[in-house]
Amino acid sequence: MLARTVRVRLRAPLGRLREFASKADPWAKAWGSSADGGQGQEAERASPRTRSTPAAPQEGGRVSAELIEHLQRLALVDFGSREAVARLEKAIAFADRLHAVDTDGVEPMASVLEDRCVYLRADNVGEGSCAEEVLQNSRHIVEEYFVAPPGNIPLPKLGKQDPFSHS
Amino acid sequence: MAAPILRRGFPGGRWALVWIHGGCRHRNGAPTGPTHGSTRGRSSVAQQSLQTAQKPRKGEHKWETVVGLEVHAQISSNSKLFSGSKVCFAAPPNSLVSFFDASLPGTLPVLNRRCVEAAVMTGLALNCRINKKSLFDRKHYFYADLPAGYQITQQRLPIAAQGSLKYSICTGQRRSQMVTKTVRIKQIQLEQDSGKSLHDDLRCQTLVDLNRAGVGLLEVVLEPDLCCGEEAATVVRELQLILQALGASQANMAEGQLRVDANISVHHPGEPLGVRTEVKNLNSIRFLAKAIDYEIQRQISELENGGEILNETRSFDHKLGCTVPMRDKEGEQDYRFMPEPNLPPLVLYDTSCLPAGADPQQVINIDRIRDSLPELPSVTRDRLVGEYGMLPEHSFVLLNEVGLLEFFQNVMKETRAEPKKVTNWVLNTFLGYLKQQNLAVSESPVTPSALAELLNLLDRKVISSSAAKQRA
Repeated sequence: MLARTVRVRLRAPLGRLREFASKADPWAKAWGSSADGGQGQEAERASPRTRSTPAAPQEGGRVSAELIEHLQRLALVDFGSREAVARLEKAIAFADRLHAVDTDGVEPMASVLEDRCVYLRADNVGEGSCAEEVLQNSRHIVEEYFVAPPGNIPLPKLGKQDPFSHS
Repeated sequence: MAAPILRRGFPGGRWALVWIHGGCRHRNGAPTGPTHGSTRGRSSVAQQSLQTAQKPRKGEHKWETVVGLEVHAQISSNSKLFSGSKVCFAAPPNSLVSFFDASLPGTLPVLNRRCVEAAVMTGLALNCRINKKSLFDRKHYFYADLPAGYQITQQRLPIAAQGSLKYSICTGQRRSQMVTKTVRIKQIQLEQDSGKSLHDDLRCQTLVDLNRAGVGLLEVVLEPDLCCGEEAATVVRELQLILQALGASQANMAEGQLRVDANISVHHPGEPLGVRTEVKNLNSIRFLAKAIDYEIQRQISELENGGEILNETRSFDHKLGCTVPMRDKEGEQDYRFMPEPNLPPLVLYDTSCLPAGADPQQVINIDRIRDSLPELPSVTRDRLVGEYGMLPEHSFVLLNEVGLLEFFQNVMKETRAEPKKVTNWVLNTFLGYLKQQNLAVSESPVTPSALAELLNLLDRKVISSSAAKQRA
């Protein structure tokens, strides 16, 4: 526990980090509570507060260990080190600069391709029938089926494993 | 007067009409409500045997039930929603899988025009507002049969929204009054189907077949306006008939072309809504009704005994006739919706705003689709009542039994007998005979011409009624 507290404090002097998931977030409006900030910096995706998530980062932009654990579970990414979390916080701060733009009354864009309509393909069969090729990527197959474990294997519970055990 | 007859024990669970006794208020201690108005021949929910024995206790509380449905219908098309793989029910495993369906890197989704048309047709048939611009999103979750780790769907701005579906149920003491009710449609969206998982518990593994992955689905989200299993069953049956009439989907529940999830909660009148549970994996209309009724009773008993309802996902064990919690569902899911970056908005047009000189293959005209909609079941029923003077209940039975309407119309063409007589014969004698022999209309040894001839003889009083029945 002490080690974790120390780590949390170390994150503070990372510069002025604005509050994450502020009220002006247009994505939050579009999807209600389950929105996505859309950061593209890292492979890890951050999501703002949802119904059962831990609280968003406080003033100073610190991301709580609880939130990291939650994100690891959701996205199955491994925030293996403090540096990774620091990178995440920097990414959030970088994206937060978008709030400097006044977007009152402007419809959010869904895609930069909005000036064109999606291409409509005719309903013809032209693909498939390549079971052998498709199965080639799988190490284990059983009679032309892919093999998976019986169900989702849950991650170890919070507290049992230190999130930064391999940093 | 002919009363509708239902096929006994048929897993497809055809529902001609719904009998409801005095609304859907469930009483404390005595499980009354929809189950005790069950149609003849349908096996009843386990609780039903109790209700005749128990009397309502004094100072009982009434419960209000809220049921919301989410219906997934597989679109009837040659190829999948975003790839050119074939759509086919039974095929060798993983033989209908393209690189996109297997989610191999470097592949992109390409939207199927036919699926969009099917969605527009369904939206129009359900009185929805068709959104001229709709967007695609990604819904993320991990499961072995979802190779990409996300499903492309239309959560934010679906193709159609805010419609309604009318259905009829029978109420009153003698089940003679037909009441028309409406359920609101929240939205209709296009989405991808996932693959199929076969659980091999013996070897502790799951076998995954991606033939179904990527097939186009129409998700119809209904507002929670329903209150019991029978209303839900009627609504689903009506939706099935509409989809089949449009040709948008074959909507065969047994083959998994129509899947229904139910969200159920109970509360006291005047109080806020209770915690809801979701019941999934219902593959017949009969089980849908049973599962909903069981879950309602379970929730009521649980709350009355001081327990609480968990917001969980349950499945229906049809052998035991009860709902059980589903494994593998850990609490509330966070789907992390985001816009699908590989698909621009889907834009639809109507005659007033068709772009000039546009490629017709790339343009979908809503008005053109509206004009070419086939006759919907409700219109057909009204027409039958008007043309042949039959009772509304009869029109329901004629439509509910596969192939029966066509049979009836063929008989009408070749006979001079009165429509009412033909109706009576077809619905009672003929259908009764089929049920007895457990045959479908298509398997009937009696052809429409044969029946027509028989009725002609009867009409001319050449043979007597009982002789005719024997001959049939």
